[in-house]
Amino acid sequence: MPQRDSKEKSALADPMTDLSEIQAVIDGTVHATTRGALLPLLHELQEAFGFIAPAAVPLIAGALNLSRAEVHGVISFYPDFRTEPPARHVVKLCRAESCQARGGAAIEAALAHRLGVAMGHARKDGQVALEPVYCLGLCAIGPNALVDGRPVARIDGEAAARIASEVEA
Amino acid sequence: MTRVFVSKDMASVALGADDVAEAFARAGCEVVRTGSYGLFAIEPLAEVETAEGRVAYGPIGPEDVAAVLDGSHPARIGAIADHPFFSNQQRFTFARCGVTDPLSLADYAAHGGWKGLEAAHALPPQAVVDAVKASGLRGRGGAGFPTGIKWQTVLDAAADEKFIICNADEGDSGTFADRMLMEGDPYCLIEGMAIAGHAVGASHGYIYIRSEYPFAIEAMRAAIRRAAGRIAPFTLEVRVGAGSYVCGEETALLESIEGLRGEVRAKPPLPAIEGLWGRPTVINNVLSLAAVPFILSEGAQAYANVGFGHSRGTIPVQIAGNVKYGGLHEIGFGVTLGELVHQIGGGTASGRPVRAVQVGGPLGAYFPPAMFHLPFDYEAFAAAGGLIGHAGITVFDDTADMARLARFAMEFCAAESCGKCTPCRIGSTRGVELIDRIVSKAPRAAGAAETLPQLRNARTAARTHEEEIELLRDLCETMKHGSLCALGGFAPYPVLSALDHFPEDFGGAETLTEAAE
Repeated sequence: MPQRDSKEKSALADPMTDLSEIQAVIDGTVHATTRGALLPLLHELQEAFGFIAPAAVPLIAGALNLSRAEVHGVISFYPDFRTEPPARHVVKLCRAESCQARGGAAIEAALAHRLGVAMGHARKDGQVALEPVYCLGLCAIGPNALVDGRPVARIDGEAAARIASEVEA
Repeated sequence: MTRVFVSKDMASVALGADDVAEAFARAGCEVVRTGSYGLFAIEPLAEVETAEGRVAYGPIGPEDVAAVLDGSHPARIGAIADHPFFSNQQRFTFARCGVTDPLSLADYAAHGGWKGLEAAHALPPQAVVDAVKASGLRGRGGAGFPTGIKWQTVLDAAADEKFIICNADEGDSGTFADRMLMEGDPYCLIEGMAIAGHAVGASHGYIYIRSEYPFAIEAMRAAIRRAAGRIAPFTLEVRVGAGSYVCGEETALLESIEGLRGEVRAKPPLPAIEGLWGRPTVINNVLSLAAVPFILSEGAQAYANVGFGHSRGTIPVQIAGNVKYGGLHEIGFGVTLGELVHQIGGGTASGRPVRAVQVGGPLGAYFPPAMFHLPFDYEAFAAAGGLIGHAGITVFDDTADMARLARFAMEFCAAESCGKCTPCRIGSTRGVELIDRIVSKAPRAAGAAETLPQLRNARTAARTHEEEIELLRDLCETMKHGSLCALGGFAPYPVLSALDHFPEDFGGAETLTEAAE
């Protein structure tokens, strides 16, 4: 996952380099012809750094001729955008109806227990986060999850154990 | 070299198709990665090319490769088209899905691709719009609005610039047809959008795909790059959502593409008149746009000949949840709910009796088996207090707790509300609290203010169970009629249908017995 490398990089880099790196991504993404560039830009930044640092907000606002409040408003509206570095591994478990119909609630409890973290939280050691997602479009073969971006279907107790040991690595 | 076909659909990959494909490649086969046919009980599926056509085997694992190649494997299915799940389907939109290499332009052209666009380019715009009108195609996103009339409005609107937007923000649980089509036959959607562009005079289009669909995003981007020359001067680009369900609502989607918070706009003005950046905009669902190439190439009548009442053509039904043979089943309107769940879906995966099915995603109604005679038809479902929505059916067995599912509908609405209108933003939260009180049989007692001596006319007795239910129904009415968009407006459907058909789960029956004693 690109997030992992970039997260370590951004954690190590000094803040000044960080800002110039952010500016470089902004300059590479925003072109005069792109309309409605804010969401694509936020996706680019999160892809590059794993999260959107608060320090990036004034730079984004400047590049797109928006107020900082407008940029903050958009970042905070969409659940995908993070303002803090992500955990090293992210397990996104579906909580929607079709997965519920196939025993999703029990799997959620089992996974939370095995990972040692509550739904919607990252573990204190930063190793793994368990995040809710509402439907991955694999609704006939649930319960489903994305483990670091890889789709996993028909999760049972055994699969939950496999996921748990995988993310410890 | 033996050619073997293995799906690279996200669902197939989740079931291990990548390992199977790799094993065939190691065994010296030429592996072609296709889309999925849509029956997940037989996946991972491999089709081996033989003199008699393709022979399918599934479900198989990487260890089965040798037995599949020598033809001795017991999971032999034979020709996919003869499988009972597929033999009575009417695949208009999904004809190529599973058959072709999704990104091969040669495959697409060899299987009837671009014929619709060629036919459209030979016609004046009004004739294209007329063909779509004559086909009877209605919006597959859920509202069922006639697609041709929407296009006519945009065609008639005078503007320096118009847009085509494909709504691929398929957030409803139990639906995956958009995802499968984008992954399995992306050129079909591109062709449909190019036809729409020609029909209304738009030169640029956006496909708004939810971020939960990484495979579809990649497939569409690659397909747009390759097809750019074929659809020129029309241009397309993919925009990626960011985890917000309400952005599937068309006006919130417009805001999101414009780079704003995904808050819904009040209508009117309709997007067809003032849409993206204030310009006339066609916003159609993936399935509506993907149905258009067939209509143009085979003729509007061929499409309209299939169907039921005012619902013409085919509907790609998605059978999901606790079901044995879940998957995508494209068939003419008019098929009954019971046929879909029992005959085609094979009943529950757990083997327990079916208790309820939810049709149309998280905002759709729950129907008990007693209503399985309902035909798939926009009007019939509306009359029964539900909606077809995006044609997803989620099956629940008898362990389902309907009060808990009703609560989830309100909880989901509260989590996903954009916050612009009060009935949705606050009503959903009050709904969760109310259902909690109803289920725990702890009706609301009088508050501190009501017991003040000055408020002598205020009621000091606690509400009864019936009054709490009545209040919940009242709240649902307010949300239904007072919300700006379908999120708050339809969230009451699962709640009211659960209340109507499964009152025992809300403690109603028990309360009645207590009252009788």
